[in-house]
Amino acid sequence: MSVQELDLSRIEEIISQTANKKGALIPVLQKVQKVYGYVPEESIEQIADGLHVYPADVYGVLTFYSQFKLKPRGEYIVRVCCGTACHVKGSDRIAEDLITKLKVEVGETTEDRKFTLEKVACVGACALAPVVIVNDDVHAKMSTDEARKIIDVIQKGKS
Amino acid sequence: MNKPQIIVGMATCGLAAGGKAVYNKAVAEAERLGLDVEVRKTGCVGICHREPLMDIIIPGRTRVSYSDLKAEHVPAIFESHLKNGEVYKDRLLGQFKPTSPDIQPYPDTQYYDELDYNKKQYKIVLKNCGFIDPTKIEEYIARGGYEGAKKAITTMTPEQIIDEVKKSGLRGRGGAGFPTGMKWQFCKSSPGNEKYIICNADEGDPGAFMDRSVLEGDPHAVIEGMLIGGFAIGATHGYIYCRAEYPLAVEHLNIAIEQATDRGFLGKNIFGSGFDLEIIVKEGAGAFVCGEETALMNSIEGKRGMPNPRPPFPAQKGVWGKPSNINNVETWANVPQIITNGGAWYASFGTEKSKGTKVFALTGKINRTGLVEVPNGIPLKEIIYDIGGGIIGGKKLKAVQTGGPSGGCIPSSFMDTMVDYESLAALGSIVGSGGMVVMDEDTCMVDMARYFQAFCQDESCGKCTPCRVGTKRLLEILERIVAGKGREGDIELLLDLGSQVKITSLCGLGQTAPNPVITTIKYFRDEYEAHIKDKSCPACSCSALIHFEVTPDVCTKCGICVKNCPVSSISGGTGGKKGEKPAFIGDEACIRCGVCFEKCPFDAIFKYSGGVKKTS
Repeated sequence: MSVQELDLSRIEEIISQTANKKGALIPVLQKVQKVYGYVPEESIEQIADGLHVYPADVYGVLTFYSQFKLKPRGEYIVRVCCGTACHVKGSDRIAEDLITKLKVEVGETTEDRKFTLEKVACVGACALAPVVIVNDDVHAKMSTDEARKIIDVIQKGKS
Repeated sequence: MNKPQIIVGMATCGLAAGGKAVYNKAVAEAERLGLDVEVRKTGCVGICHREPLMDIIIPGRTRVSYSDLKAEHVPAIFESHLKNGEVYKDRLLGQFKPTSPDIQPYPDTQYYDELDYNKKQYKIVLKNCGFIDPTKIEEYIARGGYEGAKKAITTMTPEQIIDEVKKSGLRGRGGAGFPTGMKWQFCKSSPGNEKYIICNADEGDPGAFMDRSVLEGDPHAVIEGMLIGGFAIGATHGYIYCRAEYPLAVEHLNIAIEQATDRGFLGKNIFGSGFDLEIIVKEGAGAFVCGEETALMNSIEGKRGMPNPRPPFPAQKGVWGKPSNINNVETWANVPQIITNGGAWYASFGTEKSKGTKVFALTGKINRTGLVEVPNGIPLKEIIYDIGGGIIGGKKLKAVQTGGPSGGCIPSSFMDTMVDYESLAALGSIVGSGGMVVMDEDTCMVDMARYFQAFCQDESCGKCTPCRVGTKRLLEILERIVAGKGREGDIELLLDLGSQVKITSLCGLGQTAPNPVITTIKYFRDEYEAHIKDKSCPACSCSALIHFEVTPDVCTKCGICVKNCPVSSISGGTGGKKGEKPAFIGDEACIRCGVCFEKCPFDAIFKYSGGVKKTS
């Protein structure tokens, strides 16, 4: 992991754009995550100050919602859908296979920061189950083989 | 419309199936051939099992839909349809009925409405999905859009609107089925100058995507519904709370709100009536419990999405402490047509107590998956067999799961049941938001219960003890049963604990979380007993209770299983006819992943559990 100083200057900008609106905490955190890929713990006090709430409120919201990540994530977010339709069609096995393939547990990031493996409750593409989502691309009717292939293609293409 | 139109389905499902490649190819091909055509995008028409879809309209002719496309099919379709004016039969799905007498249908071409999948459907909510470009308000208006709002705001009083909605019999489509008109009445009579209307677009049930399709494919219908409801209630502000997992829905909603505001349908002095309304999209952040209305309102306020005890009800004290009315996406999308066509028209569909239509997301082990909109009261078997085309691979239907984690499993012996609020409740399930997951003989019902319990336990917000601790204990019991460590008395324990959790939990999540467990015990008790007493899984699905074996004289020693086994537990099995022994699976090393079972081209591998044996 690189130890370079995190540039927190964009946070001020995000807060100043939204601070006056009621209920701004969640949208602000969403924007922060969009910029940094996660919500850096170093930014919590700054956000709390800017929105006139306690750091505990910020932390409470961050840990309540599954969308928010407190750790940096990989370049490719691989999400295995585990909704009912995907479950019935064997998404568990795809997830387990990707754990072996990427050598990380669900929720973790590979050492080279290339892949983060996640499970998602349902993306609503149930008719094409099981699905695997890599960043914004939804891959339909997956099998363990095909999911592996997607990873292979990315690994070959960019390394 | 003077140019031929090419329309590609680009909702999440269309994109997942490869709609983007088809769209790009259509654009490139039109340019290469120098065709003067317009290539457009549309939402989900609901026929997901045939995606990607591309429709072609030549002025003066009927709209023709092509399905199961790959980019390489596009040139041949263009050649035949656009250049020669002939339908390309190879990928044809169907043509639409002519919308006016001067539109000429194609000869010998099946009508889309007459496909088995569509025959028994009736589309009110999904009327525009897959037909209009959801990012263009003109297309919505061209199909009668905003006429309901105009009629309501300029010619009706709030009381008349509420009466009309009451007359329609519309009930909340999010799950609970509370009468919509009555809900509006409560909020309207609540004192206060500042009131909120909210659209619950936090479609969290796994296995359900009705709301996603409506939001992506026809966002204006939802906004128009809110406009009418907002006027009737006297609301000043509106929120659409949309789950973050639906980025395309959020995008389309924001575009729609901007366009509606530009046209004066939202904002100040709408239709010159002096009525003001603004609508804001709030993105959820991934918490299932936020589908519960009080939790959702807390989330809108930027807090942890935890429910509050009621009373006070949202109609008295909702978001920001003001009277608030919250309805689900599908409920809102029904409203414009109820106003346009009248409550009596809407009430002519459905049963005595469940009026109108309901959209279901039909998925699982069924041949035709997709979105279906049917009149309430249709027998379940008509949805499964006539519309859905039966079970994949001709296997036996075991159960239909409705209502997601709050619902239950309906066994195959109840397929004559009418699908409406009362009939499903009588079986211990619910209509819910409309997920309908079909399960066949290979689905283990104990595992299904475990799956839903794991979901609820994970999503429990932790505020009240019965839900926080109860769901965890239920899950632990189910986990040990599927692991072959179930104990005598576990079934009774599940039922007892389940009923306690139902009675004592604070909100709908906990109150319904035990439903999948209770209904599977009710209808599939023998499966639980097999797991507990015989340590076997009759569906041959629970990995701790199954074994894989090779039938030696069927094995051709092709080596495929050996190559694919991730833990090298298979010996022999290579060398073709000449050498070696047939494959043999070492049971100790085997991790029961089932890859060999799936890969064997000769069905030489079988799995077994207890007395049940299955080949693929």
